[in-house]
Amino acid sequence: MKAYLEKLKKSNLMGTFSIYFVLLALFLVSMLANENFATVGNLSNISRQIAVGTILAFGQTILIINGMLDLSSGSVLALAGVLSVDAYVKTGSLIIAFAVGIIVAVACNFLNGLMVTKFKTPPFIATLAMMAMARGAALLYTNGQNIYQIGDYVVFGQGSTLGVPNPVWFLIGIMVVTWYLLKHTIFGRSLYAIGGNEEASNASGINVDRIKMKAFIINGIFVGIAGVIFMSRVNGGLPNGAIGFEFKALTAAVIGGTSFSGGVGTASGTLAGAFIVGFLDNIMVLVGVNSYLQQIIRGAIIALAVIYDVYFKTTRKKLKPSKG
Amino acid sequence: MNHDVKLKVMNIEKSFPGVKALDHIEFSVRKGTVHVLCGENGAGKSTLMKIINGIYQPDSGQILIDGVDVKIKNPIQARQLGISMIFQELNYIPEMTLEESLFVGNWPLDKFKKVDWAEIRKRTLALLKSENLNYKPDTKLKDLTVSDIQMLEILKAISYQSDIIIMDEPTSAITQKEVEILFKKIFELKARGAAIIYISHKMDEIFRIADEITVFRDGKVIDSKPKESLDIETVISLMVGRKLGNDFPKVTVPIGDPILSVHGLCGEKFKNVSFEVKKGEIIGFAGLMGAGRTEVMRAIFGLDPIYSGDIRMLGKNVKIRNVKDSINQKVVMLTEDRRRYGILPVRSVRENISITNLKKFIKNGKLHAKEEIEAVQYYCDKMKVKTPSYETKISSLSGGNQQKVLLAKWLITDPEVFIVDEPTRGIDVGAKYEIYKLISDLVTDGKCVIMVSSELPELIGMCDRIVVMAKGEIMGILEHDDFTQENIMRLATGTTQNK
Repeated sequence: MKAYLEKLKKSNLMGTFSIYFVLLALFLVSMLANENFATVGNLSNISRQIAVGTILAFGQTILIINGMLDLSSGSVLALAGVLSVDAYVKTGSLIIAFAVGIIVAVACNFLNGLMVTKFKTPPFIATLAMMAMARGAALLYTNGQNIYQIGDYVVFGQGSTLGVPNPVWFLIGIMVVTWYLLKHTIFGRSLYAIGGNEEASNASGINVDRIKMKAFIINGIFVGIAGVIFMSRVNGGLPNGAIGFEFKALTAAVIGGTSFSGGVGTASGTLAGAFIVGFLDNIMVLVGVNSYLQQIIRGAIIALAVIYDVYFKTTRKKLKPSKG
Repeated sequence: MNHDVKLKVMNIEKSFPGVKALDHIEFSVRKGTVHVLCGENGAGKSTLMKIINGIYQPDSGQILIDGVDVKIKNPIQARQLGISMIFQELNYIPEMTLEESLFVGNWPLDKFKKVDWAEIRKRTLALLKSENLNYKPDTKLKDLTVSDIQMLEILKAISYQSDIIIMDEPTSAITQKEVEILFKKIFELKARGAAIIYISHKMDEIFRIADEITVFRDGKVIDSKPKESLDIETVISLMVGRKLGNDFPKVTVPIGDPILSVHGLCGEKFKNVSFEVKKGEIIGFAGLMGAGRTEVMRAIFGLDPIYSGDIRMLGKNVKIRNVKDSINQKVVMLTEDRRRYGILPVRSVRENISITNLKKFIKNGKLHAKEEIEAVQYYCDKMKVKTPSYETKISSLSGGNQQKVLLAKWLITDPEVFIVDEPTRGIDVGAKYEIYKLISDLVTDGKCVIMVSSELPELIGMCDRIVVMAKGEIMGILEHDDFTQENIMRLATGTTQNK
């Protein structure tokens, strides 16, 4: 067993592509397990279902690579979404409504960034505080009441373009933006550098605080868009909506190989992670797995992903004692 | 009084990967005496003390206390054997109160195995009273000064009623007045019959309190004698009597105009530092640990704040507030702490190199992968980096290769002034030579180099001038003809001041 594990550790294949093998295997197994799984209708349905969580997951990916995270994304999503719906109801303009959603989420994330950079609050605490505040603000603004009769606003979440559901278009767009930022920009490189070694990054001339702030702002844009899509999909402004979505997003990112130690992660990995969760949820429903058991399985998957991350990917070189 | 041998170490050996830290050490301390250890940085003194205190285990050899063979597995056991140690670098928990810190790891327990706070308070007050100190037991350590805390450490060692007390440069953080208090304490301890091991670089101190002096060099005991048969000059020459070797690839380049000049620079740990570096020159910075060399360089490089003084590049005043400013002024720095300030361990060789100058590869807002890899290849070849591929994680390379990658990462910014801080620390001999060669190449290319190093042969072999610092100040600048290890060590220990 031990020798086998050692061999696994050494094989590069496992390290680089394992997540896509898992996705493929899960797809094939699901296909065999239930004939309804691999139908266009079902797959399209899965994509639509995971869109909101996955958009949040791309924001999380950017933050986690940089050594941070966002616990507030579910709450900020609700606040931005509710205000966006309200703006639509009041102005009748989809553009204004969309813009309001993004502006609100960006503002919340600007505050997150400010707490983290200026006041050196750990991101966990800063965004935990924002999680409570944003949810409270959403409930306060709506007095705890859902906003209904949202008319054409449903186009963001329920419409289709060229036969593809709109949320999936948004998902693809944000995936491409994330991929591009991470792969082809100075900002992306700086994210990895800071997550990998913040002090060395500073000593390499990177403005660490500015990159962190940018990461939060971009996360804000994603959360805002997710808010609009979410409210549109559920046919209303729900101040109590999307509770716990930050954890869905974190799950997808972590299963996708984003390392909580920072400096490691990719957009495609996160997408794969999101689909693994999406396929799993879907097939468990299709084959009729007990819903409590589903939760256990979901939890176990996270544990496995993290164990895998720590056990297989960390270089086992321990710190040598310094001489003096 | 009875001056029997209290502690004796025999044949102690200890190796770390790549270095023999201690080689057949024989050493003993007698009751009621002070035995001073001296030697350069890395001579092995602290390693031996850590072995005696149970922090490290020797590879072989014996430790005898009162003639009995003992195995010291950890500091708690060391304390039970009557050994206590005052560390050079204070590790304290700022939120802890004074009384907590005195009894940490040694809490008195009541009959329910609960920590007996009343007892702690009682004993603390008694101790403070007997030592005539005006501290409150519930003061938090963060509200005390460094020298207060150092005094507390000393107090703590005394409170254990230890018979063997190790003091590793105890005066490096305390004021002159407190030094006198400490010496008074030491004499009291001697009178009580304690055996004291005292590590110091300060010659005047050493000769005031020592009964015996042992000099370490390169992990060996060079000489061990009563104070009376030694003088300062002898001790210095014993400390530095290291083989110089002629194997430094030093090139002679015509020295040009000053590039970087620093005037009256003051910072947190140094003051009034002035020097200049000329084109084609390698200027060395020598000094013992805590002399402030790295701190000066960090300030010039924009990592630490500058309180006053100015920095000029080519005669023009420049403002350096952060590393970016420094890079823009074409001043770069290879760190002494590769792990902490150097490498991005989880990222590739390529990313580690290009990170300092990504702007160079941007085209239409997009990183140009081909140009990046070409540049990385060019500088890796120039620095002779050995790596399986440019996508290999830097953490899987050897120390020497990591160092070369870090040199490449700075070279890519096209610097004029290259500060290298302990460039060969933790690197094997072969790679050391290559690093020296690369440093020579830098000056051949018309750059200038500031080389901070604790290895005197390396400084003497490579530099054109050597600045010697002690206690945050420049003690002297030596020209090439005056390069001897004795001259450097004399200035570094503050024995004489010549300018």
